[in-house]
Amino acid sequence: MFLLAIFIAVPSFIAAAGRSDLYYTLTAVALLSIASAGVWLTFYIGRINIGQGAFALIGAYVSAILVTKVGMSFWLSLPLSGLFAAGVAIVIGVPILRLRGVYFAMISLVLTQVVTLTALALPVTNGAKGITSIPLPGGVSILGLTLIPDFATLENPRLAFYYAACVLMVLTFGAMYRLVNSRLGHLCRSMQQNEELASSIGVNISYIRVIVFAISSFLGGIGGAMFGSIAQSVYPSSFQVADSVNFMLNCFLGGLGYVFGPMLGTLVLYFGWDLLFELGRFQLLAYSSLLIILMLFLPNGLLSLRLPGKKGADK
Amino acid sequence: MEQILANGIYLGAQYAMIALGLTLIFALMNVLNFAHGQMYVLGGFVTYTFYGQLGWPFVLALLASCITLAVLGALIERFLFAPVIRRSSREESTMLLAAGLAFLFDAIILLVFGEKQRGVPKIVDGVFNWDFRLIMPYDRILICILAILSIVSFILFMQYSKTGRALRALAQDRTAAQLMGVNVARYSMIGFALGAMLAGLVGGLLVTITGVNLGMGGPTSIKAFMMVMIGGAGVISGAIAGGIILGFLEAIGLAVLSQYGDITYLLIFVSLMIFLAIRPQGLMGKPWG
Repeated sequence: MFLLAIFIAVPSFIAAAGRSDLYYTLTAVALLSIASAGVWLTFYIGRINIGQGAFALIGAYVSAILVTKVGMSFWLSLPLSGLFAAGVAIVIGVPILRLRGVYFAMISLVLTQVVTLTALALPVTNGAKGITSIPLPGGVSILGLTLIPDFATLENPRLAFYYAACVLMVLTFGAMYRLVNSRLGHLCRSMQQNEELASSIGVNISYIRVIVFAISSFLGGIGGAMFGSIAQSVYPSSFQVADSVNFMLNCFLGGLGYVFGPMLGTLVLYFGWDLLFELGRFQLLAYSSLLIILMLFLPNGLLSLRLPGKKGADK
Repeated sequence: MEQILANGIYLGAQYAMIALGLTLIFALMNVLNFAHGQMYVLGGFVTYTFYGQLGWPFVLALLASCITLAVLGALIERFLFAPVIRRSSREESTMLLAAGLAFLFDAIILLVFGEKQRGVPKIVDGVFNWDFRLIMPYDRILICILAILSIVSFILFMQYSKTGRALRALAQDRTAAQLMGVNVARYSMIGFALGAMLAGLVGGLLVTITGVNLGMGGPTSIKAFMMVMIGGAGVISGAIAGGIILGFLEAIGLAVLSQYGDITYLLIFVSLMIFLAIRPQGLMGKPWG
């Protein structure tokens, strides 16, 4: 039902309305929601993660460097950038995941700043000039069968990106749903409630939280890499502290108790921002007021509106 | 060397004041106030309006900054934070509210004051010059002394006044304070107002030296978070220590590493992460805040 909606109904609606710029917006929503899903996962083990921008930036840079300097295919660099981000997350995560609550929130915020500054300082990232004119993703064919066409030859690369991002998003959320309902998911829930208790009944908490953080960063890296490829450029300012905060807001807004919360939150926040563009200089004012009002009346997220029905389906 | 030390004291005193407000709000309500930097900018703009535009005496303008921010802080606590804390099932929801507030303040400042850099005329002219070993404009010295005075009076207020005692009790144990007859709702409001007032006061002090512009809010918040992390969240002495340490690190880094470009902050961030890995609760914090 939902798949049908995003793969057939939305493109035909856009074709009918003639607003092909919406593709870009929707693609961005899909990608940002992948990164937000990662943030949501760290919330799931009871950590407030404001560092997703760091991993998105790492992912974007790894993919950009692999494509431009090594000449690798984008589709190969995409998982590699995710894995690289996950590797960084494991190295950093082992010490900082010992922190809790506000301390973890603050250190992850600092992490975003560190990555931005590192990107400015390292020679391979080309400093403030960034990496520009990244080629569009090429084609992939196995035994002469074209699986993914060359994006540069398509007459509408936007549509192609839209499909690619949506496929990624569906895969991500499918995996998340499986994860949450798996053994690991149950262990995470026990950690969210009480880490000491979980560890006392034999849950290896330090192992699980590093794994979860790595998965979360993997998603951030993939989202960032895809974003870099669409924009065809990466700068140290591509993902900043504000983006990290936005990833967190997406999760809050959608509701922390629901797997699909980050998706809805991203959609509402990103679209809300775009719709308010008409207001010109009052855009930020209206946006932030709406955010505050939403928080006042629905502090547990948008999805809490249909709490009773959802709860029955989840359990 | 003397120059670096003097710069360190000067920066440290300002930073300590910013961190104090943040840590006070955190200790009382468990709220990480993302909007702290924006409150600071707002304080700067109020002083700019009264002192720079309307020609009031500097002290009065500073007072106006304090009062504006204190009233604003009280209103925000009463009508935004208190209801959300009551209704939300997770206390982290207040972070979303605080981030929303940060955006809101940015929007208001943009609409009311514009995006330009604003400065005010100097309050004192002249430069203190000790044999070219230590050069410091008089207004910086004055601001530094004023900042230290405010910190001292804040500590005295927290130690000896009735309100201060109630606030400290609240920070220590909310339920126990309530059982001892402290009006929790009222003192939460006062505490938040006090924290916001401190932000406004620093903003008003610093507008005379660095000026003020819209973009200063976010970076200031991050710096304040760092200071609070160094010293330990929710501890007043920790906030002061964190502010002074960061001030010195910055002064030394800028002097020693200037030829390598902008890596001072990178180094500070990295060493902060290593420090926190070894001592997660900061210098003086309670474990697990």
